[in-house]
Amino acid sequence: MFPYLFKRLLLIIPTFFGITLITFLIIQLAPGNPVSLKIQQLGGEGIRSETISKEVIEQTKKLYGLDKPLGVQYVLWVKKIVTLDFGDSYKDHRPVIKKIGEALPITLTLNIVSILIIYLVAIPLGLFSATRPNSRIDQLTTLFFFILYSLPAFWVAMLLIMFLGGGEYLDLFPVVGILSRGSEQLSFFGKIGNMLWHLVLPVTALTVGGFAFMARFWRAQVLEVIRQDYIRTARAKGLPERIVVWKHAVRNALIPMVTLMGSLLPAMIGGSVIVEQIFTIPGMGKLGFEAVLSRDYPTVMALAAIEALLTLVGILLSDLLYVAIDPRISFEGKA
Amino acid sequence: MKTVSYKSVVWQQFKRNRLALAGLVFVLCLVGIALLAPWLSPYSPTEYDLSSILLPPSTHHFLGTDEEGRDVLSRMIHGSRISLSVGFVAVSIYVSIGILLGALAGYFGGLIDIVISRLTEVMLCFPTFFLILTVLAFIGPSLYNIMIVIGITGWTGIARLVRGEFLKLRHQDFVTAAEATGASSLRLIFFHILPNSLAPVLVSATFGISSAILVESSLSFLGFGVQPPTASWGEILSQSRDFIDIAWWLTFFPGLAIFMTITAYNLVGEGLRDAIDPRLKV
Repeated sequence: MFPYLFKRLLLIIPTFFGITLITFLIIQLAPGNPVSLKIQQLGGEGIRSETISKEVIEQTKKLYGLDKPLGVQYVLWVKKIVTLDFGDSYKDHRPVIKKIGEALPITLTLNIVSILIIYLVAIPLGLFSATRPNSRIDQLTTLFFFILYSLPAFWVAMLLIMFLGGGEYLDLFPVVGILSRGSEQLSFFGKIGNMLWHLVLPVTALTVGGFAFMARFWRAQVLEVIRQDYIRTARAKGLPERIVVWKHAVRNALIPMVTLMGSLLPAMIGGSVIVEQIFTIPGMGKLGFEAVLSRDYPTVMALAAIEALLTLVGILLSDLLYVAIDPRISFEGKA
Repeated sequence: MKTVSYKSVVWQQFKRNRLALAGLVFVLCLVGIALLAPWLSPYSPTEYDLSSILLPPSTHHFLGTDEEGRDVLSRMIHGSRISLSVGFVAVSIYVSIGILLGALAGYFGGLIDIVISRLTEVMLCFPTFFLILTVLAFIGPSLYNIMIVIGITGWTGIARLVRGEFLKLRHQDFVTAAEATGASSLRLIFFHILPNSLAPVLVSATFGISSAILVESSLSFLGFGVQPPTASWGEILSQSRDFIDIAWWLTFFPGLAIFMTITAYNLVGEGLRDAIDPRLKV
């Protein structure tokens, strides 16, 4: 197991540097830079951009370390992040690590709640449909999953806002942020309740596609397992169908579902950009969106690094889960 | 005895699946609409008409008008060109990259295989959507940039698929026979092995088109897509956000178009997959 783990951990290094280096090159080589952006801002404050001397430009560059060669800048950045120093945001001059510290828990909550709901809904529904293969009800649920699967999350989000979030129709749920104004005075449970109430619509938008994908995947898994010889054996020896399904089929079909969870989380965090943007949720997606729009170099770099790490941790986690729940698999052969 | 070609077997199988056939018909209609857009749309997609702002659907404007008085139906007809071309071009780019890398890795093996496989693994870990967003924000949003970025980031699945097929076919008798007659590596790759490994690639590409269309509309929705006044489905949806409480038709119809197009491509993909090999999972 250890050689395999070691190999996996080694893979983290090129991946991490690959992602951060590519992001670094994109934002450095792209036309326009924070210096010219700063100058535009100054221009907005009444100073004509032509009147800004070369000196000011050089000073600004020096201030942000942009006067050094690209390679040196990248190495300096790597050196600093080893100590978890992601620098200060160009936008509001707060430490990037603090901004991420505020945004990450929100995004994690949003996505973990979504994943839990996806699994809780997909597993019973998929099983229900898989144990009645090709019946009318199975065909209907399969079609239903298929339709949900093709629904774009942002359209779902907007329909939810339109029909349930005020306007001409029902006004059941809030559509902005994760806490109401004045919720500081609420008790602990009041706050949680308020937050859950805010999460209903964004979580629904996030889960629709994922749940359909998972239900389809899960149905296929169960059908695959039910075809196996050991299921026929279990039936042949006279076990009741309930035990055959729950003890023999479900347990084996669950294995890929568990390992999928590891890669689902990073994927969903990436995908929540739009939903966070629509519902004005101050999470990682919104932070990233605003950072790329305002060319906030340190924040973009930090987000790329963290997304990369999360993905790698997710993959590593699914590998470990794989071994933990399936005794037939060991890392010895894989290493 | 009548010989039946592989293609006609697949087509026979595909035809039996009515949903897949419906999906194919929908896609073909859409292609027709996109090609004939200037003749089909009743109004100009970009001309302002400030005397008819935010009109609900009526017999004059079947799908209503937007905040600048433009006919939503006409904008959507023109928008279909964007969605279809992004889907097609982006997927063509990454299928080409994927086939090339997968074929090299699977055919030559050894060091080339190791390098390409590692590269694929690294690429698989990329937070793609965020990367696409970063590229477009810094290099500038445009239709071509979207096609290129999706094309450059999307090839991993195809590369793995093609590599697997090549590993499977590399030592089959027909390849060895061709090799014995003195066929060059290039000839073996492109004329003997590749044609026999294209079926799963086709299935994967069909699903790829639907996800490329989704990504394009998401990007346009975030303001990173084609720039106004050019119409795209995601861009109409994005504009509708300001009028969500008063103009449901602005939100409903473009979203429905995206949804139906994605569904149609997915249906075709599923139908193709089942027709080629019911046990194949792409």
